[in-house]
Parts: sequence; C-alpha cells; structure tokens
Amino acid sequence: MFTLLSEGSAFSLITPDPGLMIWTTVVFVLLWVVLGKFAFKPIANALKEREESIENALKSAEAAKAEMANLTSKNEALLNEAREERSRIIAEAKVAAEKVKNDIVAKAQAEADVKVRQALNEIENQKRAALAELKNQVGTVALEIAEKVIRKELKSNADQQAYVADLVKQTNLN
Amino acid sequence: MKKYLLSLLVTVLALGAFAINSTEEITNPITKKESEVYNPTPMILHHIADANEFEIVHGVAVPLPCIIYNITTGKTSFFMSSNAEAMQAAGYQMEHSRVKPINAEEKYIDLSITKNVFGILLAAAIMCFVFFSMKNSYEKRKNQAPKGLQSLMEPLVIFVREDIAKQALGKKADYYLPFIMSLFFFILICNLLGLVPFFPGSANVTGNIAFTMALAIITGIIVNIKANKYYWKHIFVPDPIWLAPLLIPVELLGVLTKVITLFIRLFANIAAGHIVVLSLISLIFVFGSLWGTIGSGLGIAVSVPFTLFIDLIEVLIAFIQAFIFAMLAAVYIGMATEEHHHTQEAH
Repeated sequence: MFTLLSEGSAFSLITPDPGLMIWTTVVFVLLWVVLGKFAFKPIANALKEREESIENALKSAEAAKAEMANLTSKNEALLNEAREERSRIIAEAKVAAEKVKNDIVAKAQAEADVKVRQALNEIENQKRAALAELKNQVGTVALEIAEKVIRKELKSNADQQAYVADLVKQTNLN
Repeated sequence: MKKYLLSLLVTVLALGAFAINSTEEITNPITKKESEVYNPTPMILHHIADANEFEIVHGVAVPLPCIIYNITTGKTSFFMSSNAEAMQAAGYQMEHSRVKPINAEEKYIDLSITKNVFGILLAAAIMCFVFFSMKNSYEKRKNQAPKGLQSLMEPLVIFVREDIAKQALGKKADYYLPFIMSLFFFILICNLLGLVPFFPGSANVTGNIAFTMALAIITGIIVNIKANKYYWKHIFVPDPIWLAPLLIPVELLGVLTKVITLFIRLFANIAAGHIVVLSLISLIFVFGSLWGTIGSGLGIAVSVPFTLFIDLIEVLIAFIQAFIFAMLAAVYIGMATEEHHHTQEAH
C-alpha cells in the first residue's frame, strides 16, 4: 500500500486524474443523452409494446377459448335437449301406438265375439232344426214300424219278434 | 487436440525462456541480493495506471494524441505521444508512459486521449453500435421474436429494467431507465474490455478511481437534484428535533458516503482483480529470477491455472460490479424520490 501511494502521480492509484474525470463525464453524459433518447427509450417502448401485444394476444386467445367452451356447452345443451325431445317423442309415440294397438285388439276381439256368438246361434238353430227333423223322422219310422208290427201280429209271436228286430236293424237313424 | 497441446507446450517453454533471459547466469537464490530478484510492483502498477500511449508489447506502443492544458502558462498543447520533438518543443517529456512538464513546478491538466480515454471511447462506440442496431431491429421486426444481437441483449435489457430499475424505482423506473441502462452497460463493457489482455482492450478503465469517481458524482448529483422534500426533511428535520445537531452532520455525511462507497467499491474490485491477475503472471518471472528455467516452469505451472481461474472470476465480477453500481444508483434515486404518504399524517 505504501508503494501505491508514494510513487508519484504517475503510479498513484488513488489520486483521481482530472483529465480522465472530465473525459468520463463528457462521454457518459453524451452516451446517456444520445443513447437514452435515440436507443434506450425506443427499445423500452418497443419492449413494452411487444409485451402488451403478447398479453393482448394471450387474452384474446383465452377469450376465444372461453367462447369455444361456451359454444361447446351450448351445443351440448342443444344436443341434450334434442335427445330429450327425441326420447319424449318416442315415449309418446310408444304410448300412442300401444293405445292404437289396444284399440285394434279390443275392436277385433269385439268383432270376433260377435262373429262367434252369431256362429253359436247358427249352430244352435241348425241343431234345433236337425233335432226337430230327427224327431219327425223317428216318429215316422216308429209309425211305420208300428204299422208293420201290427200287420204281422196275426202270424206267430216268434215271427213278430224276429221281424221287429229285422226292422230295427234296417232302420238307420240318420 | 494433440496439435493444440503441442503448441501450448511450445508457448509455455518459449515464455519460460523469455522470463529467464536476463537472469540465466544466476542459479542459487540464496546468494542473490534482494534487488536482483524480480520485483513485480512497478510492472503491475504500470499496467494498472493510465498511460499516454497504448503499449502493445514492451517497447511497441500505439501513439495516442495528447492534449495538455498548462495551468501555469495558460497554454494548450497538442501532439502525438510518439512525436518526441513536438513534445519537447511544447515543454513536456514522457515519464513512466505519462506526459509530464519538463519543469516539474508547472501545474497542468492532461486532457489527452489516454489509454483509459481510448477505452472509454471504444466502450461508447460499442454501446452505440449495439444499441442502435438493437433499436433498428425493434423497428424492423415490430412485435416479433428477437433475433441475433437483439436476442443476445434483450435479456440484459429486461434484467436492467425489471430487476434494477423497477425493483428500486417502481413507477418512476421508465423515467430513470436511460440513466440506469447507460450506467450498467457503460460499466459492464468497460469492465469486460479491461479483461481483454491486448490492444484495443486491456485499459484498466473501471479500475481507475477517476472514472468511477466521475460516474459516482454524476449519480450523486442526480440523487440530490431529484430528491423530494421528504429526503431533505429527513436530513434537516430529524424526528426527535433535539437530536438535530447530532443527526444533521451524520445525515449529510451519509449523502457523501453514498457517493464515496459507490466509486471506491467499483474501483477497488476491478483494480484488485487486475492486480491479482498481474501478480499471478509475475509469479513466472519471480520464480524465474530465483531458480532459472525450472523456476519459470514451476511459475507457469502454478500461474496459468490460477490466472485462468481468476480471469473467469473476473468475468463474473465484471457483471456483478456493473449490476451493483447500477442497482445502488437506482436505489439511491429511489430512496431520494420516494413519497411518504403515511408519514405525512403521522407528523
């Protein structure tokens, strides 16, 4: 340290040289003024502007994303609504179809019942008619048999009986 | 790789031979007088100090223009440092690379483009080139991603704006940004140029107290001009008013010490860095003068890795000191211009 201080102004480290101070001041102030005005300010402004534009871009992207999400959820809602509508329509249609089916079936049933009843009536009538005819025929046959029996009565008893059996055999109840 | 190692070895040997050139006949260090051992101090101080010529190697110097105002005679002289006759005619002579009046009684101001002024101008030119081309890039590529030099410098610019200016100055950052940026980059570029070991770098600009003092004084002037009433009130109207006789001198001293610490810190750090590097290199010559060739070899083996290591640390320090100077300047301005809305009600 002693040598630092003692070797005269040429080697003295801690004695400021006024010439260099003046030069430093001049150069620095010039740099500050010139660069400050024509470089640092424009650079700072450009940086700020770019940052703002990036921020805006990010914000608008965010907004677009939100908008998209909104649209998607709207679409989803619409779709859901449509789905509900569809299932409701289907359900209604099912109910209506069921009703129509039931109606048709009931109607058919009723018609069938009517037809069956008519058929039964017809059968009854036919049966009655047939029975009536049968009765008539049985009566006729019985009269014929009785007539023939009475005509044969004059002959033997045994013959009479054989004859009746023969007659009965011949008689077809149809 | 092998070729590279070979050339390194040759260089190292050549350096060793060069170092021992003047002292090769002496081999026993014990028989040596102290004056025969290499004394690195003049060499180191010579390299640290400013000079009126730019020495490239010993004896070969780039001449620099000298502008000297003689206070005693009131005469201003212009001549090139290489022109000995003109120097003589003007009444000056070269002494330890500085121009001095032949008559030592005469007072003078050396306004020459010295080695350091050359370094300052070079740094200013670099700054102008870098920032004007950067500005043009911003205009040409508006709102686009940075490219080239612009993308190299942009992180530094944003660092200065965000971590120095906005941190210390808040809303006023934009107004003081040009000053803080000029300070930071001027110091940084001068620091880095000082680390370049050959022409046109190597000028120990930021390790010169005149340079740091000038910057610190400019900062001090700005701080005190821009200071608001709260700053002055804090100095001249201390809180317990009866302490004023004690506190006013202390506060005024504080105003001065801020400036003083600012320039001493930068000067001492950078000068010390240069001294350490030069001392480590001097080891080669010291060992060489003590033990001849073997000594120089040993010196090289010790000195080269250490120098490399210190040089890398110096690069770090170049950034750190530029940051600290700019940061403290911003903090001082921020403190002087701070608004105290809450204390207003309290008083």
